[in-house]
Amino acid sequence: MPKGFFTDTSICIGCKACEVACKQWNQLPEDGFFFSGMSYDNTMQLDASTWRHVSFIERPVALSGQDAGAFSWLMSSDVCKHCQRAGCLENCPTGAIIRTEFDTVYVQPDICNGCGYCVVGCPFGVINRREEDGRAWKCTLCYDRLTDGMTPACAKACPTASIQFGELEDLHRDAHARVERLQAAGVKEAYLYGVDKDNQPGTEGLNAFFLLLDQPEVYNLPPDPVVPTKKAAESWRAMFYTALGAAAVAMAAVIATRGERAR
Amino acid sequence: MAENHPVGFQWVMKAKERGAKIIHVDPRFTRTSAVADIHAAIRPGTDIAFLGGLIRFILENGRHFPEYVLNYTNAAMIVNDGFQDTEDLDGLFSGWDKDKAEYNLDAWKLASGGRDLTLQDPKCVFQILKRHYQRYTPEMVYEVCGIPPEKFLLIAETLCANSGRERTSAFCYAVGWTHHLTGAQIIRAASIVQTLLGNIGRPGGGILALRGHASIQGSTDIPTLFNLFPGYLAMPRAKQDTDFEAYCKNEIGETGWWGEGKKYLVSMLKAWYGEKATAENGWAFDYIPRLTGDHSHMTSVVNMIDRTVKGYFVVGENPTVGSPHGAMQREGLRNLEWLVVRDLAMIETAEFWKVSPEHARGEVRTADIATEVFFFPAAAHTEKEGSFTNTQRLLQWRHKAIEPPGDARSELHFFFHLGKRLRELYAGSTDPKDRALLDLTWDYPTEGRYEDPSAEAVLKEINGFTIADGRAVKGFTDLKEDGSTACGCWIYSGVYAHSENQAARRKPASQQDWVAAEWGWAWPTNRRILYNRASADPEGKPWSERKKVVWWDEDKLKWTGFDVPDFIETLPPSHRPAPGAKGKETISGIDPFIMQPDGKAWLFSPKGMLEGPLPVHYEALESVVRNALYGQQCNPVRIDYDRAQNPMHRPYDDQRFPYLLTTYRLTEHHTAGGMSRWLSWLSELQPEMFCEVSVDLAAEKGLRNGDWATIVTARAAIEARVLVTERIVPLRIGKRTFQQIGLPYHWGSSGLVRGDSANELSALAADPNVSIMNSKAHTANIEPGRVAWRLRPKPNGNRLPGVGLRDLPSVGQNRPEGKHHVITSRDKQGDQT
Amino acid sequence: MIDKPFLSTWPLLNQIRNRDLLALGHTAKSGRTQQLQPRTKTADRVVKSICPYCAVGCGQNVYVKNDRIIDIEGDPDSPISAGRLCPKGSASFQLVTGNQRAQKVLYRRPHATEWETIPLDRAMDMVADRVKAARDANWQDKHEEGHPLHRTLSMAHLGGATLDNEENYLIKKLFCGLGIVQVENQARI
Repeated sequence: MPKGFFTDTSICIGCKACEVACKQWNQLPEDGFFFSGMSYDNTMQLDASTWRHVSFIERPVALSGQDAGAFSWLMSSDVCKHCQRAGCLENCPTGAIIRTEFDTVYVQPDICNGCGYCVVGCPFGVINRREEDGRAWKCTLCYDRLTDGMTPACAKACPTASIQFGELEDLHRDAHARVERLQAAGVKEAYLYGVDKDNQPGTEGLNAFFLLLDQPEVYNLPPDPVVPTKKAAESWRAMFYTALGAAAVAMAAVIATRGERAR
Repeated sequence: MAENHPVGFQWVMKAKERGAKIIHVDPRFTRTSAVADIHAAIRPGTDIAFLGGLIRFILENGRHFPEYVLNYTNAAMIVNDGFQDTEDLDGLFSGWDKDKAEYNLDAWKLASGGRDLTLQDPKCVFQILKRHYQRYTPEMVYEVCGIPPEKFLLIAETLCANSGRERTSAFCYAVGWTHHLTGAQIIRAASIVQTLLGNIGRPGGGILALRGHASIQGSTDIPTLFNLFPGYLAMPRAKQDTDFEAYCKNEIGETGWWGEGKKYLVSMLKAWYGEKATAENGWAFDYIPRLTGDHSHMTSVVNMIDRTVKGYFVVGENPTVGSPHGAMQREGLRNLEWLVVRDLAMIETAEFWKVSPEHARGEVRTADIATEVFFFPAAAHTEKEGSFTNTQRLLQWRHKAIEPPGDARSELHFFFHLGKRLRELYAGSTDPKDRALLDLTWDYPTEGRYEDPSAEAVLKEINGFTIADGRAVKGFTDLKEDGSTACGCWIYSGVYAHSENQAARRKPASQQDWVAAEWGWAWPTNRRILYNRASADPEGKPWSERKKVVWWDEDKLKWTGFDVPDFIETLPPSHRPAPGAKGKETISGIDPFIMQPDGKAWLFSPKGMLEGPLPVHYEALESVVRNALYGQQCNPVRIDYDRAQNPMHRPYDDQRFPYLLTTYRLTEHHTAGGMSRWLSWLSELQPEMFCEVSVDLAAEKGLRNGDWATIVTARAAIEARVLVTERIVPLRIGKRTFQQIGLPYHWGSSGLVRGDSANELSALAADPNVSIMNSKAHTANIEPGRVAWRLRPKPNGNRLPGVGLRDLPSVGQNRPEGKHHVITSRDKQGDQT
Repeated sequence: MIDKPFLSTWPLLNQIRNRDLLALGHTAKSGRTQQLQPRTKTADRVVKSICPYCAVGCGQNVYVKNDRIIDIEGDPDSPISAGRLCPKGSASFQLVTGNQRAQKVLYRRPHATEWETIPLDRAMDMVADRVKAARDANWQDKHEEGHPLHRTLSMAHLGGATLDNEENYLIKKLFCGLGIVQVENQARI
């Protein structure tokens, strides 16, 4: 049964409970003590040891329905998208990355040899190698917890239910209803990011999708991500024809030369 | 609320989803503002002007809840002839004693029995209230608070539209309201708003204090506070409460529920002194130490500096970071003979002798500090059992998961065994002073390998029991004044009813109604909404079906409902007390506020507040402007600590300190940091001390995002990283615009992440009613870059240009002269009884 | 795996049987992955607790195995928190198990430049001695005007808001018995 996250950023309060709950459950090390000067965001990005990351966006634009001057503060908890076409998974040469029975993408740390092919395969820059052990790490969607019917740590902790976990079908239904409700309430900017294949062909949809209130770039998300391997078949075909063409040219050249010589 | 109580905030978000409006009034744009419907930036320290503006709006536009106000408040009461308002005396009430610099507290009495049910008599509370706030217009709110009139009116209209019979609104506050020299009066002003709107004692209403520590409510109920006994009985004041009878006469009310106070005091003394407390010896009342004035935290620190305090226990606190005026805190510690610190980690307070700004400046040397220091590792919340009382008065029991590591022990263990040792040291003493210790009941059963005293046994004593058979009482109505019952804290009586730990109840929320009465136990008697009699009309019927919670059941002839009724269960709405009744017999069927002597909510407070019966806007001790409303600039009865170490800025317009400064907490850290700065998962989220400034201020002063800045007050200079943000806005006050500096206060010199402490900057000064500091409304200066320690100002020095000693100019022509309740070590023994 | 016949573990057969032709799913699972389960499942007991940070009072479930805490999570049964925890509450596992926890009693002699370790019992004896000395030397029995004081101002206490009700009760009771009035906590701050 496909499972995933629906992160509704319109109710995120930026408390970072998800970041800590994730680190606690997965026993992840800190990512350095660095004051970024970027609003309240000091973890900066998803990384090998930060599998949930809350962005803080200070905009000189009012939010619909809010009376707070020409300003708003958007917050959004980012995570691995567990793409339907997962670049990391398709790039992994060792079989370390698998698609689980929950339709999520899981890196097996006992198999991973740290080759790093997955890192370049991810159009979101989610997966990364940890310097200490060289292996690649990212959100597991709490695979261990799912095997026992538990909710992933971040979704369980999230105080305002901005992070919702469940069966993809239910999440899709709730998310569409939520957008409709927000739109009806005048929050015209609300929309879904990566909810399905139509919405995001380059990944064929995300198992961890988002409700956003501004353009994807504002949240540091690519507007039109494409999984590199999605183009693989096409590339192979092209390569095949190229090779064939080259061979034909070479052959023709050989024949032509022979003809010349024969003459 | 989203910043510091995120999980509680989930219910606010749920309410928003169902159409509730969130109004956020805060100097800064915070995580709460981010999801609020309306955010209004208010100048710190001007909350009474804002709330007074709401009161005026409600009264001028007739937006109050008339039946509620008429029946449940003292609006109709007539105030004595001779009462003069701040409108008449330019910021002072009648009764001001110029020589003592304090009020005659009898000056604001109500005329006995006088009432005008038409609310038209010019001497009735309702009309006095109207006149008192008549100048708190939207324009005045703009001039004082910086909130534009259209925004103020939007807030006022939204609030009023959501109050009344069918709807209720709630106020939530935290130390942004209490950390002022007028903190108690700010809460009073909110109470007036909520009472006028009929929002008290009803579901979805109230004024909710969002408290910051797991059991800070519990430590107020069972107070580790100088002025209280458990259950809000007053500690005896030496001059007047010379014995048991005198105490009862002075401190226990004659009317309302407090008329029961004697039963509670006797039962508490029986709990403490067992058979040694008898009717003959006034229930051992003479064993109790007496107060002579203010013995609060800040006063104790001054007394440490002056070496009258020799020894100090610091338990789960970090005063060199969390308390005002770090330099004075440390000077106090340096002058102690001994200090005991108990904590989970090695906090700054325990190592003041090793690391401090004074060390960095070369003013003190470790070898010169004579204080003996004991550090005891404490047990964590998972390593001991006991109850926390949360911010909604709910006691919740924690079970013990594992034993504490190494030498770590619970406070229960420490204080029980310290008591045992002391009793052994004093054993056989014939000195009368030692009886108070030797006669204490101190024989709790112990368990486990560390001989931990049983927390349940202590809880049972707190709950109370009948002395004859030792059985737990069911509640405080079982308590007697004849010495036949013992009870450690009357308001907690019932928490161990039926010899069961009611605080440990954990019936899942999914199996209960919205009140969830079987989860934990709330004082008093498991009531979840205080004064909920007010949720029904005078006849006892709910004001509305939507908002019903308790009501009078005509068939069963008793109060009933979803919650435990906060009223005498069988007292019908029609009941009126007989003339000459005493104690709780004075409560009528339409007196929901049973803890008040007259059963009514006090719009006008004839006693209890030291600076007057009605909240008045005074400027902070250090302000950027003159008081726009009155000649009287600042709270006239504030507590000052007039000492060389504690220099002040000019009361207003001090060009050396032209900016507004406020301090606050962040979601990612916990108060003084002892429970967060040592944890990597939290430290990485907010890794350095920073200051928040507006884009304009950054441009004006050349502050660059991510670089350093130095923030200066007369007390200290600290450095911080700069965070330039549009969340901080300049405030227009009158014709001028003022910049704000925001400072989180979590950091110190130890831990995984470090930084200067914001409280180095604050002064010692306090609200006179509750002795609480001001940390919210300061003035300061800011400069780009860092300043070497040796160049930084000492509190009583003058090393940075423009930072001088205390400067005491005149503050408006009507500022009263005199000592302004100055407390120094000289009059610590004084007679402020 | 080992006791199964060789052929059945042959990858191609596995891939066909599991409809995992690209071998990106079940067939690529390692032994570790196949045996993965949440560590809470092996806990010896779950202890009900309350978060120690702010005063919201969120419910916590503390998972214990071999007398060690292996996980702390929100308690879904709580009508207050509904299983949620904020970042601080979520970090309470680190608060109670982290290596920042002090475990030894430390003593700093007057004028000393370093801590020294002393036994708990001895430290408590020393504190008791000092309390007695300060109390005896600084007792105020009566005010100069004659009314009783029955106290000492030579000692002060700060703390309570992070403690349990039962602990605060013993502190107030003991210190009243000793005549110590300067007892304060964070509620004053």
